[in-house]
Amino acid sequence: MTTEQLTFKQKVLAENQRIAASLRGRYQTAGLLCVNLISSPGSGKTALLEKTLEALGQESPRLRVAVLTGDIQTDNDARRLARYGYPVKQITTGGTCHLDGTMIERHLADWDLNDLDILFIENIGNLVCPSSYDLGEHSKIVLLSVTEGDDKPLKYPSIFFKSDLFLLTKIDLLQYVPFDADEVERNARRIHEGMEIIRSSATAPGGLDQWLTWLHAKLAAVRAGEPALATKA
Amino acid sequence: MHELALAESIVDAVRTELERYPGAIPIRVGVRIGVMAAVDLDALRFGFDIAVRESGFPRLRLDARIIPGQVTCLACGVETPAESTVFDCPRCGSAQTMLSGSDELDLDALEVERDDDGTTHV
Repeated sequence: MTTEQLTFKQKVLAENQRIAASLRGRYQTAGLLCVNLISSPGSGKTALLEKTLEALGQESPRLRVAVLTGDIQTDNDARRLARYGYPVKQITTGGTCHLDGTMIERHLADWDLNDLDILFIENIGNLVCPSSYDLGEHSKIVLLSVTEGDDKPLKYPSIFFKSDLFLLTKIDLLQYVPFDADEVERNARRIHEGMEIIRSSATAPGGLDQWLTWLHAKLAAVRAGEPALATKA
Repeated sequence: MHELALAESIVDAVRTELERYPGAIPIRVGVRIGVMAAVDLDALRFGFDIAVRESGFPRLRLDARIIPGQVTCLACGVETPAESTVFDCPRCGSAQTMLSGSDELDLDALEVERDDDGTTHV
């Protein structure tokens, strides 16, 4: 009987990476933009999506959009989002604190990705765990609202480090809360130098204009062949 | 608290790897975790104790280590290892620094016991 060191070099989440790579390939083939929205509960992911779907519905030509929305329990969000006439599916994890590649694969099974331009994934409300799981997306987008704390990027660095875009939400409430929007931006960029940041409001007129511009630019880049890079994971 | 799911992934990866080494008994699995990986070591160890209980590998121990990232100062260019996620340049004090190589979540060692002749042992 001897003790032996085996060569054993792989990612802990190698199986999830494999599925994410397959999803990435499918998005690429379909010319589809996939974004993964991540925030703590109550930061405004669903409100952002509602107003985004509403705005996209008024554009001509009308983009073909679908939403996968994750929660631990209830299909409340899917019901809210289905009102805008786009395909929506609820992923109910029953306790799991993040979405993984298998869940995405399973819930995409009866959609033809060639019929879609943008796939929004609304992750479970959680600022930590979803950052570890690659879903094949082109961009992770982190949302933080002004009713949270302006030091949150320092406290929850991983998701700010791994996201392409930071959407500061509910800026219409800035006048009522002791939140320094410049400070939160400085903090985010201490974690992720050069990070793109957009200040947004789902209720103020024009509050999502910059976000919609970003989305269209990203879609154009994907259609022009910008690869969906394996996200830092 | 996704550390239990990560612990299960570690045990699954060990099980898959051992298919190549019939009869080998796993005793230690090494995991390297970057400072930006969003993994709590204590929670991972707790999750691993639960995952290993169900695994059929009663002797398997987790050897998990946090590894520093690499920080480049954008002001003066000096490169330094970083143990934390917020990092000011130790040379010039600038807060404009870029962190890289800090989100690892990698298996890097598997120690097993095998019969001396390399044949199976159960």
